Amino acid sequence: MDHDDLQRIAEGERAAAKSAEIRCCTSSGCRASGSKEVLSRLKAAVEANGLGDRVAAVGVGCPGLCSAGPVVQTHPDGAAFGKVTADHADGIVSALSGGSAGAVRIDPHQPFFTKQLRIVRATAGQIDPERIEAYIAAGGYEGLYRVLQRRPDEIVADVTASGLRGRGGAGYPTGLKWATVAKMPPGQKYVICNGDEGDPGAFMDRSVMEDAPHQVLEGMAIAAYAIGANQGYIYVRAEYPLAIERLQTAITQARKAGLLGRGVFQTPFEFEVEIRIGAGAFVCGEETALIASVQGLRGTPRPRPPYPAESGLWDRPTLINNVETFATIPAILRNGPAWFAAIGTATSKGTKIFSLTGKVKNAGLVEVPMGTTLREVVEQLGGGTADGKAVKAVQTGGPSGGCVPASLLDTPIDYESLASIGSIMGSGGMIVMDDADRMPEVARFFMEFCADESCGKCVPCRVGTVQLHGLLTKLVEKRATRHDLDTLIELCHLVRDTSLCGLGQSAPNPVLSTLRYFAGEYEALLQPEEFARPTRRSAVPLTVIS
Amino acid sequence: MAVVTLTIDDKPVSARAGESVLDAAKEAGIEIPTLCHLPGVSEAAACRLCLVQVEGRGRLQAACVTAAAEGMVVRTQTDTLREYRRMILELLFTEGNHVCAVCVANGNCELQTLAAELGMDHVRYPYLNPARPVDVTHKQYAIDHNRCILCTRCVRTCDEIEGAHTWDVAGRGTSSHVIADMGQPWGESVTCTSCGKCVQSCPTGALFRQGSTVAEMTKDREKLGDLVTARREKKWSV
Amino acid sequence: MERVRLATVWLGGCSGCHMSFLDLDEWLLDLAPRIELVYSPLADVKEYPEGVDVVLVEGAVANEENRQMAKVIRRRTKVVVSFGDCAVTGNVTAMRNPLGKSLEVLRTSYLLESAGTGLRLPDDREIVPVLLDKVEPLHAIVPVDHYLPGCPPSAARIKAVVEDLLAGHAPSRAAEVIRFG
Repeated sequence: MDHDDLQRIAEGERAAAKSAEIRCCTSSGCRASGSKEVLSRLKAAVEANGLGDRVAAVGVGCPGLCSAGPVVQTHPDGAAFGKVTADHADGIVSALSGGSAGAVRIDPHQPFFTKQLRIVRATAGQIDPERIEAYIAAGGYEGLYRVLQRRPDEIVADVTASGLRGRGGAGYPTGLKWATVAKMPPGQKYVICNGDEGDPGAFMDRSVMEDAPHQVLEGMAIAAYAIGANQGYIYVRAEYPLAIERLQTAITQARKAGLLGRGVFQTPFEFEVEIRIGAGAFVCGEETALIASVQGLRGTPRPRPPYPAESGLWDRPTLINNVETFATIPAILRNGPAWFAAIGTATSKGTKIFSLTGKVKNAGLVEVPMGTTLREVVEQLGGGTADGKAVKAVQTGGPSGGCVPASLLDTPIDYESLASIGSIMGSGGMIVMDDADRMPEVARFFMEFCADESCGKCVPCRVGTVQLHGLLTKLVEKRATRHDLDTLIELCHLVRDTSLCGLGQSAPNPVLSTLRYFAGEYEALLQPEEFARPTRRSAVPLTVIS
Repeated sequence: MAVVTLTIDDKPVSARAGESVLDAAKEAGIEIPTLCHLPGVSEAAACRLCLVQVEGRGRLQAACVTAAAEGMVVRTQTDTLREYRRMILELLFTEGNHVCAVCVANGNCELQTLAAELGMDHVRYPYLNPARPVDVTHKQYAIDHNRCILCTRCVRTCDEIEGAHTWDVAGRGTSSHVIADMGQPWGESVTCTSCGKCVQSCPTGALFRQGSTVAEMTKDREKLGDLVTARREKKWSV
Repeated sequence: MERVRLATVWLGGCSGCHMSFLDLDEWLLDLAPRIELVYSPLADVKEYPEGVDVVLVEGAVANEENRQMAKVIRRRTKVVVSFGDCAVTGNVTAMRNPLGKSLEVLRTSYLLESAGTGLRLPDDREIVPVLLDKVEPLHAIVPVDHYLPGCPPSAARIKAVVEDLLAGHAPSRAAEVIRFG
């Protein structure tokens, strides 16, 4: 494969394109509501109407509006249909020639679509994720080609200049991470893609792996070249079978095309990628636990330092980034760091994908520039709540995050702003809540999740989360007193301050943030003390904000 | 050999480069409580009792895995640290079924001793009272999971000193438990050499010699560290 | 000098703590003029009185009677001391907790599952107090002021704590005083 071959594939793909396309989402969400059957009926209808020479029915990635699934779009007229069943197939095909579709139309000009800026999800819902030719025709692997014409340190400099920060949640500067691994002495190094997305209500990374597996591979290959690695691993949770299947297809195609393996683009660069499948532990999203799991060990975190950049997989320098981070890389290298850095805010560059769920009208995936306010995402893109009730709060960052009250919805989405109001960017889960949602119960749900998912290695997380869950249960069941509430807060501080890894350190966040903004709901559940107690004395602050 | 100077609890302390804050403090006569730490095996940093405050670092640091560095200012005994240590011990007491009065290790138990030393005169959280088994299938030793605090000292001792790796941890969260081989009864383990090092390494009465009754199980935990040192320095080669 | 109104109570325990108290031997003679023993298994008093200054409560809270008694004690006493490991931790009395709730405990203890025993659960509530589903330390039921662990606490330890309390200050919490077991 050389650059001419790449262009030849792209031109061939464009030449073979039919004048019209019927694009049916075949990713997990729509597939669960029957889109495979819809696609096969659409194909049959195209043939039956003798349109095979100018119309193609193709399976594509997720267009984002999951709550309307299965979603079918037609191209180039830009029409979209929701809740499509196999019986709508004939109507949708006839609509191409002016007939009545019979299916529910989705307005493609509504804010859900027009307010998005799609960089990572640029091709999602447009192309067939199972064909490398479709990705190449959309500009795929062009970034890798250009990278290989330059020096590795220039690539690291570009990523640094772009201002990209890790999309897994913590927001560590990606360029700095790459530079650290790149500066380690030459020798065996590894690239790991963290696809162990596990926050309840989060499915951004699943979608990226399903919709744009080649984009992930291209990002990893660029990273490997930049830091001097020749082997990569993608760690995907077993609960994502379609992502695993599509990544495996993509790896096979890329190897066959010479875009992975030895001598990529006829340069000395060599890079292999293997998939490692998780066994169901949330904690394996933590980088040191993930590395242990890739090595075949029990997936438990270890103290850092040493950081994986210095000593990671098999004690070798290892670059570990999240799926969305890698998938952002090709566009940065194709369009230049200045282009990317111009998007977003002063400290948070580019776009971020969120999975909007809960009581929101338009549930699904949205990609918006950093700095967009929560209100814009929830009310404009999301369309508010499904039944028109007032939004009460938005939970961001899953079990590590916090609940943002409606009064703070004008907060811009960037790492620092979300942290300042007691939540986190997290990986991008965004759960919308209304008045029917009781905050102590929300907090209890997340604590149960953390107690279940604690690996059991360190004491405060292993036992503290169980005791916190017990206290929250007592509270929700109206058996708790002020004394118990003090104990709850004290334990939250302990678990946050003393746990070994991020899981435990952030496990109290849902409690602390709901206590901060919805203290009244907790107070209302308290029972009077049967016996007077002396004022509690503790070296640990009994306030939510310390 | 490079030496660094640091301050621990207002006391100037010197340490070898790379030495842990825990060891540096110990040499200077400053005791930091530990449970999962065992000289001679790798650190787990799991019990969190040795957490200390290091000036300039946002988070508390586990002294066992924090390298002493030049100019470092460490506090080991703040009110908050003392409170957190006590809370961690209380959590451990609620998690298992620790009945000192009827335990083989009564009077020779690190958990019991630490609780007393750190001022834990009662436990403020509800006891979880899990139903946990006792395995007496081994011909010399036994493991009572009720008394296990999951410090993994036995796991590391068996793997790193004896080289058998009979023990490991199964399950997760508070249902984590130590298993022999692939989870069979200890007596049926094909890797166990019956060396008894795990029994010596155990801080509580979870691992004990059969036939010991209340307060009879004494342990010689220092021997394990001595063994490792002797091997490294070839102290007994003829 | 006014005598301190002292009580001792025996809840779910083996009375070993009271035995240890008696091990104070001749010191009890020194104690006697300084206190008035207003309620104790060692004294034949039917009802726990009002206005108790200090109480040593032995035993865990294991049945409904223990629970009610604990509340009476708390209401009528200035200083409540958990006396011994059973009161402080549940200890041996609480070793039934992992077996399950009270019914499972009775079934297991009386081997009711065995065929043909013809045994029946003791269920005469007028005579036998109902077992609680979970044995609890005293402080899980009522607030406790001081803790005197040990199984049993040694006579010397009891003496030190009682001396402190009679002198009107909080007892020592030094390691040798608060060690369990």
